[in-house]
Amino acid sequence: MKIEILGTGCVKCNKLEDMVKLAIRETGIEAEIGHVHDIKKIMEYGVMTTPALVIDGEVKAAGKIPPLEEIKKLLGSK
Amino acid sequence: MAECCATETKLIYACSGASDVGEIADRVARKLRDEGIAQMTCLAGVGAGLSGYVQSAKGTNINITIDGCKTACAKKTLERIGVKPTSYILTGFGLVKGETPVTDKIITEIAGKIKSTIGTPAVLEQLVAGGCSCGGKC
Repeated sequence: MKIEILGTGCVKCNKLEDMVKLAIRETGIEAEIGHVHDIKKIMEYGVMTTPALVIDGEVKAAGKIPPLEEIKKLLGSK
Repeated sequence: MAECCATETKLIYACSGASDVGEIADRVARKLRDEGIAQMTCLAGVGAGLSGYVQSAKGTNINITIDGCKTACAKKTLERIGVKPTSYILTGFGLVKGETPVTDKIITEIAGKIKSTIGTPAVLEQLVAGGCSCGGKC
């Protein structure tokens, strides 16, 4: 599973990354995490508001930090 | 341009329909974007179900749709994904579909009318928890 956090480096974007890492630890899912800071690359996803969470190329959330349990569900839905 | 951590993000969509009022809707949306009133994004991306556009609409404080006529394609496109937009329909401003010249004067007039209502209590009531909720601190 490939996970990408889209965000230019703000506190909330980094917090989303921390929460995703926590969700991965707690679920035991194997995943590769990347953080996309480049605004042009973020725009290529059609994302207009960050932070955003992308799982295997699909944007699952944008403009908010989903609760931990929701992140776990999103990870498990793949 | 994608917005990071805004406390109040506004996205604007135009129906960009084939008729004269559809063209005016498109140009009004672009004018409002150029004036910094809202970020314009692609209604077609939402209609196509592209995840970035869909999730951006769902994660945004205020989504504004500008439709040329009462068919309201833009409004209904957002409603299909469970988003209730602030809707403007240009025939409701007195424009007549098929009989309205696309002029700078009309575009400026309509944009002015819409600007005067954005930010009113009725619109602000639609603010929901979301965005990055950083209060502008990050």
